[in-house]
Amino acid sequence: MSKDIRLLQGNEACALGAIYAGCDFFGGYPITPSTEVAEEMALMLPKKGGKFIQMEDEIAGIGTILGAAAAGAKAMTATSGPGFSLMMELLGYGCMAEIPCVIVNVQRGGPSTGLPTKGAQADMMQARWGTHGDHPTIALCPSSVEESFKLTVKAFNLAEKFRMPVILLLDEFIGHMREKMQMPAPGELELYTHPQPTVSPAEYTHYGDGSSVGGPYASMGSGYRFNITGLTHDQHGFPTGRSDEIQWKMDRLKDKIEKHRPELLEVDQEFMDDAEIAVFSYGGAARSAQQAIREARARGIKVGLVRPTTIWPFPDQALEEILRKVKTVIVAEISQGQLLGEIQRLNQTHTKVIPVQRYDGEMLTPNEVLNAIVEVTK
Amino acid sequence: MRMHPSYEMLRPGKKFPHVWCPGCGHGIVQGAIIRAVQKLGWSRDEMVMVSGIGCSSRMPVYVDFNSLHTAHGRAIAFATGVKLHNPKLHVIVITGDGDALAIGGNHFIHAARRNADLTVILMNNNIYGMTGGQYSPTTPIGKRASTAPYGTAERDFDPCALAKAAGAAFTARGVAYNALELEKLIETALTKKGFSLVEAISPCPTLYGRLNKEGNAVKMLQWQKANTINIKAAEKLPVDQVAGKIITGIFHDVETVPYTEIYDQIIKKAQGK
Amino acid sequence: MKNRYEIRLSGSGGQGMITAGIILAEAAGVYDGKNVVQSQSYGPEARGGASKAEVIISDKEIFYPKATAIDILLAMTQEAWEKYSSDLNPDAVAIVDSWYVKDLDKPGVISLPLSQKAREEVGLEIIANVIALAAIAQITGVVSREALERSLLSRVPKGTEEKNRQALEIGFRLGKEAKK
Repeated sequence: MSKDIRLLQGNEACALGAIYAGCDFFGGYPITPSTEVAEEMALMLPKKGGKFIQMEDEIAGIGTILGAAAAGAKAMTATSGPGFSLMMELLGYGCMAEIPCVIVNVQRGGPSTGLPTKGAQADMMQARWGTHGDHPTIALCPSSVEESFKLTVKAFNLAEKFRMPVILLLDEFIGHMREKMQMPAPGELELYTHPQPTVSPAEYTHYGDGSSVGGPYASMGSGYRFNITGLTHDQHGFPTGRSDEIQWKMDRLKDKIEKHRPELLEVDQEFMDDAEIAVFSYGGAARSAQQAIREARARGIKVGLVRPTTIWPFPDQALEEILRKVKTVIVAEISQGQLLGEIQRLNQTHTKVIPVQRYDGEMLTPNEVLNAIVEVTK
Repeated sequence: MRMHPSYEMLRPGKKFPHVWCPGCGHGIVQGAIIRAVQKLGWSRDEMVMVSGIGCSSRMPVYVDFNSLHTAHGRAIAFATGVKLHNPKLHVIVITGDGDALAIGGNHFIHAARRNADLTVILMNNNIYGMTGGQYSPTTPIGKRASTAPYGTAERDFDPCALAKAAGAAFTARGVAYNALELEKLIETALTKKGFSLVEAISPCPTLYGRLNKEGNAVKMLQWQKANTINIKAAEKLPVDQVAGKIITGIFHDVETVPYTEIYDQIIKKAQGK
Repeated sequence: MKNRYEIRLSGSGGQGMITAGIILAEAAGVYDGKNVVQSQSYGPEARGGASKAEVIISDKEIFYPKATAIDILLAMTQEAWEKYSSDLNPDAVAIVDSWYVKDLDKPGVISLPLSQKAREEVGLEIIANVIALAAIAQITGVVSREALERSLLSRVPKGTEEKNRQALEIGFRLGKEAKK
């Protein structure tokens, strides 16, 4: 069979990745620069027998996918900026009710309406803390069109396995640029679908022990009747005010992430073996950093790149080790310092940390990163 | 000992006693819904009850269906997803006047417009009960609430007229006092294709009644009895005899092709069939 | 032949510059097997006024996706020429539409009757973008003729293949004449 190589936008690759992962439901509201994801899904889903619906706003968009997912769909929504803000309410619902789904946020400049057609990386903290209350978060950040496809597939796998909304944090730069990629053949990428319960309906508990990560859970209408609520609940899904049950639920949500960090975390490293300077960057900004470190290497500077593709949970341990190892860390991002703040939190060894930031709607240039690298060596 | 006929449809044990105050009309509406489903012979496994937030929205916890208690105002958005993904399920939305018409107003009108195949039971008690008696979009002008200590300055919505204007296939109103009529209206609404609304007027003696000096639960139900006229009777009366009364019955009933069926045709078109 | 080209296709909204960018990137990337990145300006800037699409074609991996020093510039309007011709490489190839770009402030610019031929020979001015791509391919060799044709025909609406083939031939011919 000949290779299927296509020229795709990051947003299109995201939609194709969703279809590859078995997504059969999309609900959303149009907003730049994420709209191509919805348009592609509107075109492809009915062909596969799946469902696409354009709702009246972003709140309804995420609401309808949570409903569909509770009824057994592999569901996704996509949005940007103000739409992501509107989704915060029900993102929390998805965490509390433990409903798997994928939320794509193609980041644009903010705050408010901000820069509808220009990119940014300033929703990193909103992805983590935007909804109220303590809650688990998984967010993945692609730096290329191909990664946009593959991390969307991974986002579905993690949503199904960890039973929660997973955020794909794209940005306008990657979402709108076109690159070629080889389409993975069916079966080439691993797909995960959660197991169905095998116990009798009478014995079934929707949030029973063992159902948290990788365990079975039922869909509405499958013969297992249960209650789902956004109120803090017991293992049957019924609201509770008992402190022992509240503690159980909150620990369950926390442990999803804390006890499974190794399988969640992915940090890409380039030229780090002998590096004395490390550039920390992710998403669209990492493209400039990749170029800059190569130009610096050509000048004989020992510099490498550390690029987390899992941004939440934050890869504390891996980055702490690098902070201990290198002399200087450069944090390159398209925001006023959201990644920087996390690095400073980890920097117990007081390694020199230099920010390189841009937030005028344009991508960082390789020169801006290179200049910072060169400055360090002076 | 004979079991109450509704018992098989309820969730005994931890879920009772329920949160509703003595004299609240919501239990009567719940009983009417259960009897309507029993009459239709539908199994609990094919029923989905979706609700938002508020007193009425606590119902899914008590009824042994597939139950989805969502966020404030959002029940219809969730329900649309459930129904579209699995059209075989019978989806009932339980909501209140604040939940459906204030915070959820946008979802309410758009579900009616797209003719989502849902049955919405809007339990209208003219007040926000769970949060302590604030005025809602159906609190009549001049009536008191905790946030309208001198009476409200706002006009109220007619949910049935709103739903009809937005494109609903079926709208009807019943009152808690007349449980048998309510049960029949709900049964008809459940079998209706497309978006159907039953507004169930339900007294709130604890907050609305007390704040507006309308007496206890019994007096409020007696008032309902004295002031309710069926649409068929009302049509024959002069306007001044109908003013200020609660009109019940079916207001709007048309045959439509629901959203889910139209979407099935879209799938066929996309697949070139 | 260079191993990396930065190409900017500019004109006004509605002249098909973004479509041309996609066709060029697909031709070089999918059919010629090169590495490519294509990007474009969005928003009010892309409607009316000057709009641009950029394509980077390279034998090596491309990291930074935006063009910084232009090797090949196409300007279909005077406004596009003025807005987008400031960052050309010293040895850059600049091609303009002779109908719309009259006032050139640089020497060595190749002025071709792209819109004129589109209107006169094909009867469709909108197809000037295809003529331009073929001329660029002929003059610079940045993409093969075969790849350009395959990419073009996979993207255009059914029933328009003949007119598009005709436009390609016109562009190749204009390119050959310009090289002489």
